[in-house]
Amino acid sequence: MLVSEREQLRENIEQWVAQYGSDRSALIPVLQEVQRKYHHISEYVMQVVADTLNIHPVEVYGVVSFYSFIGLRPKGRFIIRLCRTISCAMQGNNRIARQLENDLGIHFGETTPDGNFTLEWANCLGMCDRGPAMLVNDRIFTQVTPESVHEILDECRKAFGAHTFQGEETCPL
Amino acid sequence: MAEFYDKESVRAPMSQRLQRFEPPSDTQAIGALVSVTIDGKELKVPLGTTILEASKKVGVRIPTLCYHEDLCVAGVCRICVVEVEGQPRLQASCAYPITAPIKVKTHTRQVRQARRHILDLLLSKHYGECYACFRNNNCELQALAKEYGVDFFRFGHPEKPRYRIDRSSPSVIRDMDKCILCRRCVRTCIDLQEVGVLEVNQRSNRSKVITFGEKPLGDVICINCGQCINRCPTGALRANDPTDDVWAAIDDPTKHVVIQTAPSPRAGIGECFGLEPGVPLTFEMNTALRRCGFDKVFDTNFSADLTIIEEGTELLQRLHKALVQKDKMVRFPQFTSCSPGWVKFCEHFYPEFLDHLSSAKSPQQMFGAVIKTYYAKLNDLDPKNIVTVALMPCSAKKFECNRPEMCDSGYKDIDYGLTTRELAQMISEAGIYLPAMPKSDFDDPFGTATGSGVIFGATGGVMEAALRTVIELVCGIQVEDLFAHADITPVRGFDGIRFMELPIKKVGPVPELLKGLFEDWDWLVGATLKVAVAHGTANAKRVMEDIKAGGPCSECHFIEFMACPGGCLGGGGQPIPTSPEIRAARARAIYAEDAAYEVRKSHENPAIVRLYTEFLTEGPCSHLSHHLLHTAYTPRGKYIV
Repeated sequence: MLVSEREQLRENIEQWVAQYGSDRSALIPVLQEVQRKYHHISEYVMQVVADTLNIHPVEVYGVVSFYSFIGLRPKGRFIIRLCRTISCAMQGNNRIARQLENDLGIHFGETTPDGNFTLEWANCLGMCDRGPAMLVNDRIFTQVTPESVHEILDECRKAFGAHTFQGEETCPL
Repeated sequence: MAEFYDKESVRAPMSQRLQRFEPPSDTQAIGALVSVTIDGKELKVPLGTTILEASKKVGVRIPTLCYHEDLCVAGVCRICVVEVEGQPRLQASCAYPITAPIKVKTHTRQVRQARRHILDLLLSKHYGECYACFRNNNCELQALAKEYGVDFFRFGHPEKPRYRIDRSSPSVIRDMDKCILCRRCVRTCIDLQEVGVLEVNQRSNRSKVITFGEKPLGDVICINCGQCINRCPTGALRANDPTDDVWAAIDDPTKHVVIQTAPSPRAGIGECFGLEPGVPLTFEMNTALRRCGFDKVFDTNFSADLTIIEEGTELLQRLHKALVQKDKMVRFPQFTSCSPGWVKFCEHFYPEFLDHLSSAKSPQQMFGAVIKTYYAKLNDLDPKNIVTVALMPCSAKKFECNRPEMCDSGYKDIDYGLTTRELAQMISEAGIYLPAMPKSDFDDPFGTATGSGVIFGATGGVMEAALRTVIELVCGIQVEDLFAHADITPVRGFDGIRFMELPIKKVGPVPELLKGLFEDWDWLVGATLKVAVAHGTANAKRVMEDIKAGGPCSECHFIEFMACPGGCLGGGGQPIPTSPEIRAARARAIYAEDAAYEVRKSHENPAIVRLYTEFLTEGPCSHLSHHLLHTAYTPRGKYIV
C-alpha cells in the first residue's frame, strides 16, 4: 500500500471515529464504514482502528473474524449469499445453488477469477415464507427460480459496462 | 491522586466492569445483607456476592475452570454450575450475584451429570497425553477429570494433533491442541496486563485463541511476561524450556557452568515440592544446585546491589545535570529497567519515552557481563568456556538474554535463562527432594549479598533498595534514623500505584565511591525527591498516560516499574498456580529474608566495594561500567507491518 493511500485511509477512519465516538462501542459502525468503502478490512486498518479507539488490534481482529459481513480479505464486487436454512431448503434452494454454480463456474466460498462474483451460504434471511431467498450485496431476492438467477446475474454483469459503480461506495444492486 | 488508589480503576476496562453487579445506592431500604442457603448451610452475605464466593465462606467447594481470582468473571466453562431453587436451569455460580434470598444446592444429580458432561465434551477436543505434558500432576483439567471419575471418553478423544505448536517466541510456547477455550489467557493479556496479544476469533466450534492476524507469537507485540502461562489451567501455554541445553553444558567437562539465583524463585520453589507458599529454600537450593553439577552458585542479589549503585548514580547524575547544569535535555522521571517485560512494553507502547529508562542493565545481565570478564580474569578461566545460567522467576528473561545487544563481555552475557519451574524439574530429575537438603552458602567472590538485593523480588523492592542507598550516600545519615529497621514501608504493599516523597533537609560528605563524579551535595539541600512504584503493565500504562497528561506521576524523579502483578515474585516463571494470597505469602518470605541479613544496604556490600576497587576502578557510570553494565533500547512501536 502506498504511503498516501495509508494516509487517506487513516484520515477516513479518524473521520468515522469522530462521527461514531471514540468509545469501543463505535467499533462495529466504523468497521462497517470501512467495509462499505474498501470491501475488506486489512491488517493495517485494524491496527489504525484499534489505535484510534484505544483498544487492542487483536480485539478488532476477533470482531472482524466473528462477523461474516465484515471480511478480512477482499471478495468479489457482487457477493451472492444464498439462504441455506430449512424453509428455503424445502422450497428447493439446491436447484438455485446448482444454477449459480453452473452460471458462475465456481463453488460456494469461492470468487470468480475476474473478481466480480463471490458465492456464499447465508443463514436465515428472514424470508421463510417466500423462499428460496438470496442476497446480492444489500439487495434481497425472494422466490428465486433458476430462470431468475440467470436474469439477476445478467443484470449484475450489465451494471459493469454502463455505469459501473455510482461513486465508489454504492453499487448498483 | 485518589483515583490511583481506587482498586476498581486499576483493573479491567469499562467493558468488563459492566459484568459486575452494582449494589443499589439505597442499601438501607433493601438491606445490605442477604441470606443464602448453600447445601443447607445458611449465611448472610453482602448484596452482589457471587454464589461461588459465598460457598467458599461456608467451606463448600465448587469446581472451577475459567474462573480465576485475578481476572474478571467470564462464566464460559460452566463447570461451576449449581442448582438454584425455583430456577428451571442450572446457574454458573461464579457469575451469579446474589440479590435476593436463595437456596442453592451444589451437588445434586443434575449438577453432577452436567459437570461430567462438560468434562466429557472438553476432553473430546483436548488432544494430548497426560504423561507427555509438563503440567502432568499440576493440571486443573486432569484434576477435575479425576474428581468426577472420568474413566472413558464418552464423546471420543482426538488421536491426532490439529494444530502446529507455535515455538516462534523465545519465551512462550503455545500448543492450541491442549487449549480448552477458558479464555483465562485472553483476560490476563487484555484486562490484567493490557498488552492485548491473545483474543478469541471466529464463532462456536470454530473459535480458537489467536494472536493478531494469527501470526506466530514471536512476531506480535508480546512482552513475554508469561502471566498467561501462570493462569492457564492446562498445558496449552508454557515457557521455552532450555533444561536439555543446561544439562548438556553440565555434562561437558570443558565447560565451567555458573548459575545465579534470583530472590523470587527461592520464595516460590518450595511450592513445586508440595510445600506451602512462602517457605524460602535459599540455602537448601544452593546444595541441590551443586549436587546437580553446577560448578559455582552465585547470588543475583550481588548484581542487584550493583544495579542499585549504577542506577542510583545515574539518577544523581540526572538530578545534577538538571539542577546544577540546567540541562534541558535531561529526562525525568527516570524509569527502572530491571524488568525485561516492562522494558519491552515501553519499547512497544511508549517508544518516545525510552530516554527515561535507566540505561543500567538488569541484574541478570550485569551479572553475566561481570562473570565473563572480572570473574574469568580472577579465576584464570577462558570466558568462552564459561556457561552462565540464570535462575529467574521470569519468562521475559529468556528473551532478554537473547537480545543481540547483550554481548558486551564479547560473549553472550547470559547463556540460558531458567524459570523456577524448570529448575524444580531439574532438581527432581537429579533425584533430590529439595526441602530435605542440608543448607549451604553461596560461592565467593560474590557470596555476600544484602537485604536490599533480596527485596528486588517484590514490587517496591527496587525503590526501597535505591532509597536506602541514596539516603545514606547523600544525606550522610542512617536510614534507620528515618525509617524503623530501615523498612521503607510506604513503597511496600500491593496497591497498584504508590507514591512517596522524601525531602532532603541536610546532606553529608560525598562518599569515596562517587568522589570522581560529584564535588558536594549542597545543590540537593531543600529538594524533595518524589518517587512512585507501579506493578503490572496495566498500572504501568496508567502511570505513562498520567505522565503524558502532566499529572502527579510526571513530577516524580524516579519510578519503579514491574511488568508482573506483585513484582518478580508473581513472575511468569514462578510455580503454578498464582493468586493474591500466594503472592502475599511469597512477599512475606522475601521481606523476612531481608530482615535476617546483617548487611541490608547495597553500598555496604563488601563484594560490591571490592568490585569497584579491583575492577571497575573508575567508579559507577564510568567508561568501563557503561561498556559492560549499561545498554541501549530499541524503539519498536506497536504497529506490525
